[in-house]
Amino acid sequence: MTLWEALLFVALPYASITLFVAGHIWRYRHDKFGWTSRSTQLLERRWLAWGSNLFHYGALAAIGGHVVGLLIPEQLTHAVGISEGAYHLFAAAAGTVAGLACVAGFVILVGRRAYFPRIRRTTTWTDVMVYLVLAGIIVLGLIETIGFNTLGSGYNYRPTIGVWFRSLLWLHPEPQLIAGAPLVYQLHATLPWILYAVWPFSRLVHAWSLPWQYVGRPNILYRRRYGLARR
Amino acid sequence: MKVRAQVGMVMNLDKCIGCHTCSVTCKQVWTNRPGTEYVWFNNVETKPGLGYPRRWEDNQKWQGGWKLDRRGRLRLRAGGQLRKLLTIFWNPDLPTIDDYYEPWTYDYHTLIDAPLSERDPVARPQSQLTGRRMDVKWGPNWDDMLAGAPETASQDPDLAGLQEQVKLTYERTFMFYLPRICEHCLNPSCVASCPSGAMYKREEDGIVLVDQEKCRGWRFCVSGCPYKKVYFNHHTGKAEKCTLCYPRIELGLPTVCSETCVGRIRYLGLLLYDADRVREAASEPDEKNLLDAQLSVFLDPADPSVQRQARADGIPDDWIEYAQRSPVYALAHRWRVALPLHPEYRTLPMVWYVPPLSPVVNALEGDGYEADPDQLFPAIDAMRIPLDYLANILAAGDREVVRQALRRLAGMRGYMRKLEVLGVRDQQAAAAASLEPSEIEAMYRLLAVAKYEDRYVVPQAHSEQAQRLAELPGSCGLDFDGGPGNCGALPRPAQGINEAFMVHNRKAGGHRFVPLPVVGSEPGQGR
Repeated sequence: MTLWEALLFVALPYASITLFVAGHIWRYRHDKFGWTSRSTQLLERRWLAWGSNLFHYGALAAIGGHVVGLLIPEQLTHAVGISEGAYHLFAAAAGTVAGLACVAGFVILVGRRAYFPRIRRTTTWTDVMVYLVLAGIIVLGLIETIGFNTLGSGYNYRPTIGVWFRSLLWLHPEPQLIAGAPLVYQLHATLPWILYAVWPFSRLVHAWSLPWQYVGRPNILYRRRYGLARR
Repeated sequence: MKVRAQVGMVMNLDKCIGCHTCSVTCKQVWTNRPGTEYVWFNNVETKPGLGYPRRWEDNQKWQGGWKLDRRGRLRLRAGGQLRKLLTIFWNPDLPTIDDYYEPWTYDYHTLIDAPLSERDPVARPQSQLTGRRMDVKWGPNWDDMLAGAPETASQDPDLAGLQEQVKLTYERTFMFYLPRICEHCLNPSCVASCPSGAMYKREEDGIVLVDQEKCRGWRFCVSGCPYKKVYFNHHTGKAEKCTLCYPRIELGLPTVCSETCVGRIRYLGLLLYDADRVREAASEPDEKNLLDAQLSVFLDPADPSVQRQARADGIPDDWIEYAQRSPVYALAHRWRVALPLHPEYRTLPMVWYVPPLSPVVNALEGDGYEADPDQLFPAIDAMRIPLDYLANILAAGDREVVRQALRRLAGMRGYMRKLEVLGVRDQQAAAAASLEPSEIEAMYRLLAVAKYEDRYVVPQAHSEQAQRLAELPGSCGLDFDGGPGNCGALPRPAQGINEAFMVHNRKAGGHRFVPLPVVGSEPGQGR
């Protein structure tokens, strides 16, 4: 294990996770007022209709694919009778669709933000940083999905990167597993840790506010000013 | 029966002169901050006209308010909870800021900085969204006094169905002003639309508020409100709305818009209502019966059984006494001259309007008559256009309801004129208004004389209940994002008696509003 491997594949993830958790606690306790998606739909709605929907649904599908790919061990999918070939075909097809939707939405969103002065003015430096990191992650992901797995001969990351990722969670990091992966895969596995570190301090926090509790909730909510029991 | 109290408002449209003092003072107090430049919690519209935002009444388009589904159940017009979650990344019903107007300022500094030249320097309009020069093409009140009405007024949604006649008689057109604030509805669709649970109705006084710490900026309240009275602050990314000036109401003071109304058109008072019957009333199948349904939810504060239940439900004795003197209850329930704005939205709004006689009077004078009160009765019956138009705004299209209210107002005029000029209590005029002479005189005192203490009958909040809050260290209620933050010059409040001071400091200068716990939901659903 070289120093670089230790830094990138062990230290960076743990530092990032620490910042991610502590940052969210800090943000939630000190800045609930700033906890919002900071929507710009009020300022422009037509481009957003395409950009926002494509990006968000594409990203959600891509995230779902990553959860399956990274958290579920290869042996498990084999055990239930899904062959490597079938898994690969499905992952490449679904990943391509999700990735293209995501990247199309992303391009529309960033283009919109650059094109309309009223939206450009609402953009912060944190936003710019998030966009840069996101752009890198998405482009690398597309190269893998389309370049490697659809057009190329493919690379099975599940016995290497997947196991490395889970090893981080068990607190027994095995960086040597990812050290042999192609460079594109290593970069794609490293950049997100930067995103997670910035996450709690950016408007990405709105991702945790998806209001599931709305479903089944009563329509009208009442609150009482004083927490006194009624007479 | 579950008795709750609500602070309601009535506006007497006959006396509104459209001076916009309410709008300006409200803006100075509440929305002179970044992100709210385009926001008017209180605005005054000229009717017929497009309103603010443009064509807000067209809920075929905006999908605000409630509707009944095929089985007669009350549903949000914009769709249910699952549909909201699926459209959360892009709300299909949200107006853009251009539907309100692009806010602007002027580059005033050129008046001072411009170099010596032959011509006087001019301050040019500058967009507050982009900071660039802009051509001002629409504003919050662009069609004031029917300005540009030949082009725009015919698009007024309330004119649907009577457009032909209005065009024909445009030379003798009519107009009046419609001041608007949040309706603080009994059945608020904004609250039901908020996926985050940030919006709530206060049990004590019915004021509808947005919890700024729970709001996540999903924007469904903005489109869900059929009156378009919830606004999106594009700077903070949170929803904001009229607060009914709760820091003043809690002290027994009228709202800023009421206090500063030079025409003395506004009334504030308590209403007791049966919270268990709200949903039933809002689900009334026939739109034209919604007024009666809502009136039936109000409880008579003089009724001993109501008083007993009110006490059992925790309403203080002095509030019950205030409710009996409520000008809102008198105008809406006792005399039935105040009507709710667009009852067909099914939100059971709580800002009601005394319809204006002036369209009728104006039309009469346009015909060469003098506006003799005795001629008002036949005129009210003959004036189909103003009546139908008013009915579209205040009575879900039921002309009879508006006619009754106007007849009563005209009857009051005739009766009082005879009394003042001839010294005669004219029983016939009273009968025409279908009121007892003493009632007519009381109504006249309230509507025409309109003493301050008769207009605003607002009880103080019971601050002794707030002792728990007083234990929190006080802080500056003006020190919010973009606020003036100059509490340093003021003494600290001895007791945290109202929510304006419900702020306390955290390290690093962060501020937290103390969140109010959700204590209940709609009637019949757990508490």
